[in-house]
Amino acid sequence: MAAVQETVDRVKAIDVDQYKYGFETVLETEKAPKGLSEDTVRYISAKKNEPEWMTQWRLDAFRRWQTMVEPTWARVDYPKIDYQDAYYYSEPKNFSGPDSLDDVDPEILKTYEKLGIPLREQELLAGVKTSKVAVDAVFDSVSVATTFKEELKKVGVIFCPISEAIREHPELVKKYLGSVVPASDNFFATLNSAVFTDGSFVYIPEGVRCPMELSTYFRINERNTGQFERTLIIADKGSYVSYLEGCTAPQRDEHQLHAAVVELVALEDAEIKYSTVQNWFPGDAEGKGGIYNFVTKRGDCRGDRSKISWTQVETGSAITWKYPSCILRGNGSNGEFYSIAISNGRQQVDSGTKMIHLGKNTTSRIISKGIAAGKSDNTYRGQVSAHRKASNARNFTNCDSLLIGDQCGAHTVPYIESKNASAVFEHEATTSKISDDQMFYCMQRGLSDEEAVALIVNGFVKDVLQHLPMEFAVEAQKLISISLEGSVG
Amino acid sequence: MLEIRNLVVDIDDKRILNGLNLTVNKGEVAAIMGPNGSGKSTLSYVISGKEDYTVVDGEILLDGENILELDPAERAALGVFLAFQYPLEIPGVGTMTFLKAVMNAQRKARGEAELTTPDLMRRVREAAEELSINQEMLKRPLNFGFSGGEKKRMEILQMALLEPKLCILDETDSGLDIDALKIVADGVNALRSPDRSFLVITHYQRLLDYIVPDTVHVMANGRIVRTGGKELALELEANGYADYRQQAAE
Ligand SMILES: Nc1ncnc2c1ncn2[C@@H]1O[C@H](COP(=O)(O)OP(=O)(O)OP(=O)(O)O)[C@@H](O)[C@H]1O
Ligand SMILES: [Mg+2]
Repeated sequence: MAAVQETVDRVKAIDVDQYKYGFETVLETEKAPKGLSEDTVRYISAKKNEPEWMTQWRLDAFRRWQTMVEPTWARVDYPKIDYQDAYYYSEPKNFSGPDSLDDVDPEILKTYEKLGIPLREQELLAGVKTSKVAVDAVFDSVSVATTFKEELKKVGVIFCPISEAIREHPELVKKYLGSVVPASDNFFATLNSAVFTDGSFVYIPEGVRCPMELSTYFRINERNTGQFERTLIIADKGSYVSYLEGCTAPQRDEHQLHAAVVELVALEDAEIKYSTVQNWFPGDAEGKGGIYNFVTKRGDCRGDRSKISWTQVETGSAITWKYPSCILRGNGSNGEFYSIAISNGRQQVDSGTKMIHLGKNTTSRIISKGIAAGKSDNTYRGQVSAHRKASNARNFTNCDSLLIGDQCGAHTVPYIESKNASAVFEHEATTSKISDDQMFYCMQRGLSDEEAVALIVNGFVKDVLQHLPMEFAVEAQKLISISLEGSVG
Repeated sequence: MLEIRNLVVDIDDKRILNGLNLTVNKGEVAAIMGPNGSGKSTLSYVISGKEDYTVVDGEILLDGENILELDPAERAALGVFLAFQYPLEIPGVGTMTFLKAVMNAQRKARGEAELTTPDLMRRVREAAEELSINQEMLKRPLNFGFSGGEKKRMEILQMALLEPKLCILDETDSGLDIDALKIVADGVNALRSPDRSFLVITHYQRLLDYIVPDTVHVMANGRIVRTGGKELALELEANGYADYRQQAAE
């Protein structure tokens, strides 16, 4: 409850429409020429000092992308994106690479500090935080710092920018990149494959339990610049890793594109826990500005008894198009999806998951909590399917929507498909509304309207919050209340 | 303590309270009885500040201060408590969590220090025991799936914990079995004090055998039409409201 109180204090401390991370860092940057062409792709590849095979991989993706059309099946509505009217690469000027923190522009360090992400290891260690978290900080198109690399190296864990992995661990990258989300997968994933800039690479060797949480913090700063991050996480046999992802962007009038691809590979008996707190700028109350977030996230439970869980708290973005999925290939593998998706103002969310049961005795679990306020639209779209050979596949889906006010919408679109008679899929869905009478009841007991909403919403999402790492859960709880600010009265 | 002068209230242009006058002194237990639809619950909502009502005329003074401009939370912090005729279910929010939130919200509004969790737990447990509320219930979401009688007891538990100045009980006896009625009445009687006033809305004399009122008011068509001592309740029990219906209609 202390957290709820704190939440409420935070909510009160800021003005309506005040996105806390909306500040801009003034930096000189070097950008690729505007627009998208083979030259842009080569420019990015050259910037990253990539080997020829990588350049070719990108060019193949680009050529394929030119033949594809933007999907329209999601319940989101936005003006046509002009892909030639954006920049695809931006890096701070005189950027020397992430080798030493001392070389990082102090303005950038300050930015991350302001965001609550200290990048200096000694500060991390000296801080009040009890658990250690290694951070890879991605600023526009480049990774600016990765902490605790040395300490991780001692146990054989590789945690570095993907651009570095392409140069230094080509055998791993060649083997796994695009093996979960093929370059041809979908319009946005293919675009990403052509122009991806930075992101994190993680490899956990056989039998290693990663000694700390790993996290990547994405920040879009530059105007008119898309961010195309690419993350690849490989958990070798019997290993375990918990990975966190955070994102923010300055408050701008125009829309910005973010099209990421995240691939997870879990080999035999390995486990990957992937948590996201997505807080891109959502646009203002009238729908001006905000990030278009088109993301392809997929995990492959490649080995027997492997396990992948996605936990997401989605509060930001003008448009969210995102379906973190699990391919349950290994026998006895397990996929989980825990989601809180909040929409307020004019935000549009179309998010959910896919659980593809291929192996025998595979299990999956989906808990989705959608909260719609203001004039927003919130859709859960989920697919659960069992392949012919997936005997005894089990899924449990629980999808709850909560409406605040009467100008928003919540929709649930489940696709269930079973080609094996022994599969058992359960689906539960509810839609509820915070009623005026409930509000009055809480207020009669002494809560303000915002405190009442915070209390009820935190109650609604607590089953999902408990799946987040501790510190993240507290952060997420605050964020949820801030996102719903101005949704009552 | 509570003084209501010429209160006129509409809902959607329909007049519900029609020039109501009522005074409840400090330490007094006042019962309100009256036919269905006479406006008793409306009165309790208007005192506690529910929206949806248009106060056309009149004032409500609490300790001499007009509270009509205050929102429900502010009135609660001043010590107004309403035990609802139909308590609301708050899914997902544990009872203990809810109690902690509301107790601390009121303390904060009054400039008092927040309760520590152990202190709070102790207070809640003790009060729950008095009302024979099972500890298991405190872990469940507030009122969610509670029986009618359990919900009513939970209202009294909150009342005991929040230590209000003015307690309004809207048909707290309905839905209670005989044993629960005694438990609830004992709980209310334990809270009686020279500084605390009660407005007890009921249809039945039975409750007033346990919670003996100082005054009894008869409400009909949005007005207090008669005021008397506790014997008035017995008279109503014997004769019904026929006389008052007619009187109010004139
Ligand atoms: N939202 C509303 N819209 C229209 N009329 C309403 C509304 N709420 C209450 N009323 C009317 O106001 C009148 C008084 O209702 P109220 O609930 O205050 O009566 P009551 O004395 O508490 O009755 P009971 O003894 O049955 O509980 C009734 O005629 C009721 O229908
Ligand atoms: Mg009533």
